[in-house]
Amino acid sequence: MPKPFTPKVVTANALLEGDVIYQTAAGWSRDLKDAEILTDEAHADLRMIEASAQVDLVVGVYLADVSLDGDTPRPTHFREDFRATGPSNYVHGKQEHI
Amino acid sequence: MYSYTEFDHAFLAERNAQFRGQVERRIDGSLTEDEFKPLRLMNGLYLQLHAYMLRVAIPYGTLNSRQMEKLAEISERWDKGYGHFTTRQNIQYNWPQLRDVPDMLDALAEVNLHAIQTSGNTIRNVTADHFAGAAADEVADPRPVAELIRQWSTDHPEFQFLPRKFKVAVTGDTADRAVIKAHDIGLRIVKRGEEIGYEVIVGGGLGRTPMIGKVLYEFVSQEDLLPTLEAIVSVYNLLGRRDNKYKARIKITVHENGIEDIRQRVNERYALIRPQFTGVDQQMLARIEADFGAPEFKSADQTPYLNAYDQDPLFRSWADTNLTAHRNPEYAIVSISLKAHGKTPGDATGRQMRLMAALAKRYGHDELRISHEQNVILPHVHRGDLPSVYYALKAEGLGTANIGLISDIIACPGMDYCALATARSIPIAQEIATRFDELKLEHDVGPLKIKISGCINACGHHHVGHIGILGLDRAGVENYQITLGGDGTEDATIGERAGPGFSADEIIPAVERVVLAYLDLRNDPAETFLQTYRRLGLAPFKAALYPQVAGKESRANAA
Ligand code: HEM
Ligand code: SF4
Repeated sequence: MPKPFTPKVVTANALLEGDVIYQTAAGWSRDLKDAEILTDEAHADLRMIEASAQVDLVVGVYLADVSLDGDTPRPTHFREDFRATGPSNYVHGKQEHI
Repeated sequence: MYSYTEFDHAFLAERNAQFRGQVERRIDGSLTEDEFKPLRLMNGLYLQLHAYMLRVAIPYGTLNSRQMEKLAEISERWDKGYGHFTTRQNIQYNWPQLRDVPDMLDALAEVNLHAIQTSGNTIRNVTADHFAGAAADEVADPRPVAELIRQWSTDHPEFQFLPRKFKVAVTGDTADRAVIKAHDIGLRIVKRGEEIGYEVIVGGGLGRTPMIGKVLYEFVSQEDLLPTLEAIVSVYNLLGRRDNKYKARIKITVHENGIEDIRQRVNERYALIRPQFTGVDQQMLARIEADFGAPEFKSADQTPYLNAYDQDPLFRSWADTNLTAHRNPEYAIVSISLKAHGKTPGDATGRQMRLMAALAKRYGHDELRISHEQNVILPHVHRGDLPSVYYALKAEGLGTANIGLISDIIACPGMDYCALATARSIPIAQEIATRFDELKLEHDVGPLKIKISGCINACGHHHVGHIGILGLDRAGVENYQITLGGDGTEDATIGERAGPGFSADEIIPAVERVVLAYLDLRNDPAETFLQTYRRLGLAPFKAALYPQVAGKESRANAA
C-alpha cells in the first residue's frame, strides 16, 4: 500500500532577500499561515512544477510537511519551525515583523 | 602586514566587476540558479536557512584597524549590525541581500579584503596561529609563509576544482594554536641547526570521519616548500575520490593509500615540477617578510598595570585569564572574549568591532587577530596600557574573563542559520555558559574546552573539544551526542563517544555532571580536566553521564 499523502506546503527562499517564503493560491507569502495547503499528491506535484519554473523569483523549491490546526498549517519538524520564525539567538528574520 | 600591490588591487577590482555582472544577470533572469550557484560560491556567497550568507576571508587571522572598521561598517550598512567570527578565521555576515553583495565586496576591496576561495572545492583561506609574531616561544612568524601560500593558491588554475575543499594551517610555535593536525595540510615551522624549515603533516580533518594528520616530511626547506605543496595537492587532485563526496577529502586518500604510497607519489611529482620553481617565490617571500616586520615596541611605565592589578579584583581576574606572555616582557598579548555569558559565541556588533579597531590603533600597534576559537586578539599591548584597554572593553561588553574556560565555547551556527544543520548549537552554548556563570564554578574548573557542532560536518570542532557536543536529529527532535577527551593542540586527539545522546533539556545537566565528576576526581586543582581524563579514561565520566545505567550495572555485578 502506498503511504497516504500527508498535508504539505510549497516553500523556497526568495531570490533577492533569501527569506523563507511559501506558495499561496495567488503567489508567494512570507507567512506560513497564508500558504496553500496541498492534500492531494498530483496537485502538489503540479504546484511544485509551477513554483520551480519561477527561476527569477525563488530558489530551492521543495514540499514541506505541515499539520493542520483547523485551517492553519503548522510545521511538523523543528527545522520548518525555525524557518517559519527565524533564529533563536536574536529577534531577526521573520519574527522581527510579527 | 602584507601590503597589496597594484596587481592585487586590479585583480580584486576585476573579479568584483565580473561578479557584479553575474548578480545582475541572475536578478534579471538570464542566469538560472544552477548556473549562478557555482559563481556565487566562488565569491563566498551561500544561501542559508533564512537568508544569504557572505563569508569573508581574514587571511591567517590578521587585520589592521582600518580593516576591522570596514567590517563594522559593512555589518551596519548591509547587514543587521553584527558579524560572526568563525573557527576558520573568517567573518560571516548572516543577512545580506543579493543585490547588495557586489557593493559589500567593493567595500571590502577598499581595505584589501575579499571573499575569494572562502567556499568551493579549492584551497581555502590559509589559517595560522593567532599569536603569530607575538608569542614568547615562537620559532618564526608563520604569517609570511601563509601569505606566500595564499598568493600561490589564489586562482591557481590547477586547483580550482579539487575533489573537495582543501585547508592549510601554519604554526610557527611548538605549541599548536592552529589545530594543524586537523587540516588537509598542517605546517609547523621547525629549525634544523640554524636553518628554518617545515614539518609537513597531511590528511587530518574533522567532519564525518575525523582523522589526525600524519607526518609526510619532517623537514622541508624554505625553497622546497611551495613545490612540495604543489606536488601534494596535485597528487590529491588525481587520486581524490570524486565518486563519493564523503570520501573525497585527502584524509581518506591518505587513509586508503597509506602514507608511504602518498609520499612516493608526492616525491615523483615533486621531481617533475621542481624545476618550474626558479626561485621567484623566494624573492616574493623576502618581500612579504619585510612587510611583517615587528612593530617598534616602546619602553614605558608599568605602574598603571601594577596598581590596577593590586586594586581591582575584576581587572586582576581578567589579566590572569585573558593575557598571554609576549616575547617582549614589557608587553602582553590580549585575548578579547567574544563569549560574554549568554551571548552568541563569535558574534561582535559593529560598535564592538569599532571599539576593538580603536584600541588596536591607540594601544596595539594597529594589529588585530581573529582566533580559531572565535575570539579577537590584540597581539601587542604594553602592560602600562592594559588597564585602559580593559576598562574600555568592559564598557562595551567585551571584558569577560573567560579565555580557555568553560564558557569560552566554540559553537558553529547550527540550525539557527545553517542549511546543513541537524540541530541548534548556539542556544546550547548560551545555556552552558549561563549555567556555569550561575554556579560560579568557572574559574575553579579552570582550562576546559567545550566545542559544539550542529551536524556531522564538525565546523565547531567538537571532535577536538575536551567536551565535544554534536547536535543530531532523532526522529524530528534535537538530540546531542557527547564526546570526551578530544584535544586540538600539538597533542591532537579525537574525542571518544560517551554513549547515547541527550535531549535539548538533558544536555546542560549532563555537561554539568561531567564537570562535577571532574572536580571530584582530580588529584588537585592544578590537574586539568584533560589531564584527569587522560589519567582515568572514559569510565568514571561515563558513569556520571549515565547514572541510571551505572546503577543498574553495579547492581547486576553485585547480584
Ligand atoms: C553556515 C554556513 C556553513 C556551511 C554551509 C558549512 C559547511 C561545511 C561543510 C559541508 C563541512 C564538511 C566538509 C567536509 O568534511 O568535506 C564543513 C566543515 C568545517 N567547517 Fe563549516 N560550514 C559553515 C559554517 C562554518 C563556520 C561558522 C565555521 C566556524 C565556526 C566553519 C568551520 C568549519 C570547519 C573547521 C570544518 C572542519 C572540516 C574539516 O576540515 O575537516 N564552518 N563546513
Ligand atoms: S557543523 Fe554543520 S551545522 Fe554547524 S556550521 Fe557546520 S555545516 Fe552548519
